[in-house]
Amino acid sequence: MTSGSWLRLRATVAERGFDLDLALEAGERLAVLGPNGAGKSTLLGLLAGTVRPDSGRAELGGRVLFDLPARTWQPPHSRGIALLAQDPLLFPHLSVLENVAFGPRVNGLGRAAARARAEHWLSEVDATNLAGRRATELSGGQAQRVAIARALATEPELLLLDEPLAALDVSVAPAIRRLLARVLAGRTTLIVTHDLLDALVLADRALVLDAGSAVEDGPTEQVLQRPRTRFAARLAELNLIRGVAVADGVQAGPDLVLQGMAAEPLTTGEPAVAAFAPSAVSVYLDPPHGSPRNLVAVTVSEVEQRGGIVRVRADDHRGHKLAADVTPRAAAELDLYPGREVVFSLKATAVALYPA
Amino acid sequence: MTRTESTLPRWVFVMAAVGAGFVLLPLAAMTTRVDWLRFGELITSESSVAAFWLSLKTSGASTLACLILGVPMALVLARTRFPGQGVVRALVLLPLVLPPVVGGIALLYTFGRRGLLGATLEVMGLQIAFSTVAVVIAQTFVALPFLVVSLEGSLRTLGQRYEVVAATLGARPTTILGRVTLPLVLPGLLSGTVLSFARSLGEFGATLTFAGSLQGVTRTLPLEIYLQREVDADAAVALSLVLVAIALAVIGLATRRAQVIR
Repeated sequence: MTSGSWLRLRATVAERGFDLDLALEAGERLAVLGPNGAGKSTLLGLLAGTVRPDSGRAELGGRVLFDLPARTWQPPHSRGIALLAQDPLLFPHLSVLENVAFGPRVNGLGRAAARARAEHWLSEVDATNLAGRRATELSGGQAQRVAIARALATEPELLLLDEPLAALDVSVAPAIRRLLARVLAGRTTLIVTHDLLDALVLADRALVLDAGSAVEDGPTEQVLQRPRTRFAARLAELNLIRGVAVADGVQAGPDLVLQGMAAEPLTTGEPAVAAFAPSAVSVYLDPPHGSPRNLVAVTVSEVEQRGGIVRVRADDHRGHKLAADVTPRAAAELDLYPGREVVFSLKATAVALYPA
Repeated sequence: MTRTESTLPRWVFVMAAVGAGFVLLPLAAMTTRVDWLRFGELITSESSVAAFWLSLKTSGASTLACLILGVPMALVLARTRFPGQGVVRALVLLPLVLPPVVGGIALLYTFGRRGLLGATLEVMGLQIAFSTVAVVIAQTFVALPFLVVSLEGSLRTLGQRYEVVAATLGARPTTILGRVTLPLVLPGLLSGTVLSFARSLGEFGATLTFAGSLQGVTRTLPLEIYLQREVDADAAVALSLVLVAIALAVIGLATRRAQVIR
């Protein structure tokens, strides 16, 4: 591994079977994926300073965070590492503005300067209008916006995100994901997540942990498209269609433009990817008339019964292998079998677009 | 918000009402015996006033001592793990279940003239037993567990998550304690403080054993009431009513403040 990395961590925690060697470049955004108990929380704890390893060494921006057993140990408050958890954890006894000003204040900034910094970050997350409210008066999405501002107001050298969207309502999560994509650009970040979309939209690189060790590591898309582990393969069941960004979506062929929700602004003409879950797909025998939906003509390659649903795998003749989940009853009515020509239909709101 | 209808059986309400009566009836019975004509005169007698002020002063001082010693004890018990912690917690809570007179004897053999620390203190020119300081020590001894238990419970309920967030935002341990932890457990801290003040105010056995009963020096209200009962029952009843009034005022104040904070 490179020795000039911004973050370098090597640590073992025997009790949890954790043994990891990790390097991160300045400005790199790493998604950490893995099943429960894989060591994701341990990794966050080691960096934040709440878990002490048996042995290991970590450096951030040339400063030693810990070096054990040589007994060097920086406490959490002097590490320059901010943590954004699943729960916003805003201090309930403070106002929104006081919450965001907390970091700058305890780091020695004067009252007025801390206030100005807090106002700046509240406007960055579009929450200026919440400044005077009590932290307990906010909705989940509003609170997470404020928590993002609070974490960034300390200008951390490394930002840790612990499933930042997991506790949010599905109607709110996309907006917060878009906000994170914007404010995290160029910021050294480590994101623990269960959600593939978070990894695709928020991170450049993905690391899959299993039983305390790294089992896959590489550019996010590469890890997901050529998964070597079962966990990554299961995550990768999300459908991906590559193409070029156009005015109203992603163009994946002469007659195929996928419309969707862009997580961050797309530049026309640049490579882009459309992602959607198999459960978001409806299957038709003929293209429905006058439908505003995305339609993809495919040939069924495999029909697989999986508990209560039927997984339909299909090929779109452009090199994309796609999957759809339908009910057993729909599968029977459509008479699906390998080789049958069908149409996959998708609501634009169920398709995420992002730059490739 | 509408509340769900309870599924409690009827006999539980009957027993609860009997219990409430058991607590309230004696207080009501006492008020029927108050000699209202002489009430003012009885509670303003020289010895009553002296006992009243001594009680307020010593209880205030011992509550302060409970805060100074008890807050760190609760923090250590709630936020750390060390071998033998369970035993330490049980021993700290001992004064809660110990007969106060036993506590008084224990204090006498610690701070008394012939006690463990008494000789050393005497060399330094300090005689603690049978002084006002002894009253404060006795009250602190019996009241401390109330503060520790109440605050430790609040700290455990709060958890450490806000403290971790504050640390990652750059707050030093003392800053976290002052600006995050203590403000967030304020209701628990307040009720613990009130409980230890009330316990100090009512302290009798340990005080009598360790501090004696000298008017204006160690004779607090409970001691005065016990003494007056032998001489003038009316005075004892009047002073008892004063103690009840103080207790009610303290409890009322504390619950109101706790609600405001929540």
